[in-house]
Amino acid sequence: MSLPRYAAGRLLLGLGQVAGITTIVFVLTEALPGDAAVVIAGDHPDPARIAAIRAQLNLDRPAWQRYLDWLTDLIRGDLGVSLISQRPIVDRLADSAGTTLLLAAVTLLVLIPLAIALGMLAARREGGRLDRAVSAVSVALYAVPEFALAILLIAVFGVRLGWLPPTAFGVDLLTRPSVLVLPMLVLLARPICTISRLTRAGMLDALHGEYVRHARRLGIAGSRLWLRHALPGALAPVVQQLARTTDWLLGGVIVVEAVFVIPGLGTALVDAVSTRDIPTVQALCVLVAVTTVAVNLAADLVAFRLAPRIEAVR
Amino acid sequence: MVYPSVTASRVSRRGLLGGAAAISTALLTGCGPGDDPAAISAGQPRRGGRLRAAFAGGGVNETLDPHQANLFNEASRAKAMFDKLADYGPDVSIQPRLAERWEPSSDLTRWRITLRPATFHDGKPVRATDVLYSYTRITDPKRAFRAKASLELLDLPNSHAVDDRTLELALKRPFAEFPNALAAFGAYIVPEGADSFERPVGSGPFTFHSWQPGRSLLLKRYDGYWEGAAHLDELEYLISNEESARVNALLAGQVDYAHDITPTTARTHADSGRMAVTRMPNSTMQSFAMKVDRPPFDNRDLREAMFLLTDRQQLVDTVLAGSGQVGNDLFGKGYQYYADDIAQRTRDLDRARFLIDKAGAKGLRITLDTAAVASGFVEAASVFAEQAKQAGLVIETAMGNKDTYWKDILNSGVLASYRSGAMPIETHIAQRLLTNSTTNATRWARPEFDARYAKAISSADEATRRQAYGDMQRTLHAEGGFLIWGFADFLVATAPGVGGVSANAPANTLDWARFDKVWLG
Repeated sequence: MSLPRYAAGRLLLGLGQVAGITTIVFVLTEALPGDAAVVIAGDHPDPARIAAIRAQLNLDRPAWQRYLDWLTDLIRGDLGVSLISQRPIVDRLADSAGTTLLLAAVTLLVLIPLAIALGMLAARREGGRLDRAVSAVSVALYAVPEFALAILLIAVFGVRLGWLPPTAFGVDLLTRPSVLVLPMLVLLARPICTISRLTRAGMLDALHGEYVRHARRLGIAGSRLWLRHALPGALAPVVQQLARTTDWLLGGVIVVEAVFVIPGLGTALVDAVSTRDIPTVQALCVLVAVTTVAVNLAADLVAFRLAPRIEAVR
Repeated sequence: MVYPSVTASRVSRRGLLGGAAAISTALLTGCGPGDDPAAISAGQPRRGGRLRAAFAGGGVNETLDPHQANLFNEASRAKAMFDKLADYGPDVSIQPRLAERWEPSSDLTRWRITLRPATFHDGKPVRATDVLYSYTRITDPKRAFRAKASLELLDLPNSHAVDDRTLELALKRPFAEFPNALAAFGAYIVPEGADSFERPVGSGPFTFHSWQPGRSLLLKRYDGYWEGAAHLDELEYLISNEESARVNALLAGQVDYAHDITPTTARTHADSGRMAVTRMPNSTMQSFAMKVDRPPFDNRDLREAMFLLTDRQQLVDTVLAGSGQVGNDLFGKGYQYYADDIAQRTRDLDRARFLIDKAGAKGLRITLDTAAVASGFVEAASVFAEQAKQAGLVIETAMGNKDTYWKDILNSGVLASYRSGAMPIETHIAQRLLTNSTTNATRWARPEFDARYAKAISSADEATRRQAYGDMQRTLHAEGGFLIWGFADFLVATAPGVGGVSANAPANTLDWARFDKVWLG
């Protein structure tokens, strides 16, 4: 199959996925107990007031009508207004997305070289002390939930030692990058384990593979053998795992955002769901779905490009 | 969402938050007698500086419209930028604010209000027409502002401005407690014509500067404030729904004021010298609501048995971590018109067992609705179930959905966890205990009780009103549906050096979360 045909097929599939996800999300949010009017009314559930809020928010119209309206607006590129603030959703989401994007980008920038280097080092000394140490640490680290790790880091480095800011309260992330250090460490902890382990396994596979042995017989050795011949083959599964990690990061990593007070997409999503702000939930789902489909598509294309020869060899 | 409002408080968050955590922590507030507010050693008031205050909030879609205020942080912001004609004092009596004074006509249907000289942030004076516009906006039938119900008795077509600083408000019926409506949650005065609040203009002690929804709001001192300019140069509101984040930020010096902290936090850091804790007693009423119109609680003996089997001190000690006071099945401890002459009810298991037998309810299984809508609710429910078991009742707790809890328990079930923030006792009765009250969670409906209320609010004589409120409270104490076991303190933490935080201010009253009186030492 050629690359463009593969890409086109994947793109169509992706569009279908986005449409499906938004429909499912709409149905699910409708199925939640209570609507925005009830939630807004809160501890003052005066029935007349709830009815008034409902009428004001157009919630008194049937669900399918609201869904169709929303869909038509979406096709015109309009994500609608928030039920709660009555302001355009796009503006608010742009802020949240910027923050999450920054955090994800910085994390990936550190994660990719570090994890791959660790994996290669472990593969190089297969069964050696370093390999065993890396394995032990990564399994242990992987077992620590983000929440616990975050609280631990904050307590030690933020509050007790006072080396790093424990939260991003009222701080512009760009002007004070030190705020990013602790959240980044928490975000790195798990992916660094999976990706270094995958790199290690992939490298070992490749090094024992036929084409690397062949390259070796041709007299290619040292770093050239490792980087030019073994690594690309080893990276295909790694790239796909990275795509998954990116989705996870873009999902905002709700816990990290909450603990460090980073107002990103995760926080926006939690707020929107808890207020039954359906247009905002929808907009977020479209955003996350489109990104997920795009990132995975990119990863598949890269993997397709990196690994075609494996098929040929086997 | 967190509703601080008249009807109570919550972080927690528009509950947005999860926000529930906020209100909720109000429950758990308190820290024991060790950390007295008097211990704050901030010295003399000093001018200048920026105070950074951390609150639970409403997320990216929050609003600065003061008439839409629902959450604690929205209430505090509205107070910083706007004024009401009146507000609640420390005992929840009505204190004049923008209104200098008010005089009712002899039949209590027309109220002449004189405004004090005050200006909006754009320099224009606050006029009678601004008040009329604000009340018209709040009561717009097409909209759903929270104060609408409180101002519902206004007859606006027959109200008018006498001159710039005097107005005459007409009411649909006589109402001696009309000033309560002027102080109602969300009844803020906005300039005539204002309907967009992206850059709010009010008459409060701080002016709008910049805003990132869900993150921060920066305000500056308004030098022309009628009550005298604030001490602070700037006031910044920062948002986090996680109590631990607010506390960590305070400990690390990232903020100076953390709103709504737990008693555990207070105790942990009380002696560290890194934070000062202010407790505001009588902030949140803690109770169980029994529906008196259906079995089993349509039986008066069983209701009395419930009152008697409750170990109030144990609930305060465990659920509120000791930071609160026992209740006497009456709303508004410490507030104006509270019937403190009624003896405190204490546990009497023998009599409770006797009454349960008499009601034929021995071994009866009763479902108690609760939810994680306010912290302490679930704990209180399980402690109470244990206490009831000792008297021979089987109470099974049912966990509800925290986002829709208040609506769910309004009409269904028989027994539910309940709490409320500060409001005048009259408002509590009007909203919850009259036959036509819209949020009557105990289904208390008595014509003779309604009549007594009607008599109270149509009398211009304060002694008559006090007498009537006393009678109503005696009835409720004897056989009402609210089992009010305690009152929780509300807790805020400040950095050392922050002064002027009033302890004598139940949540929702004027001096609570009020920053024009605060200074940085």
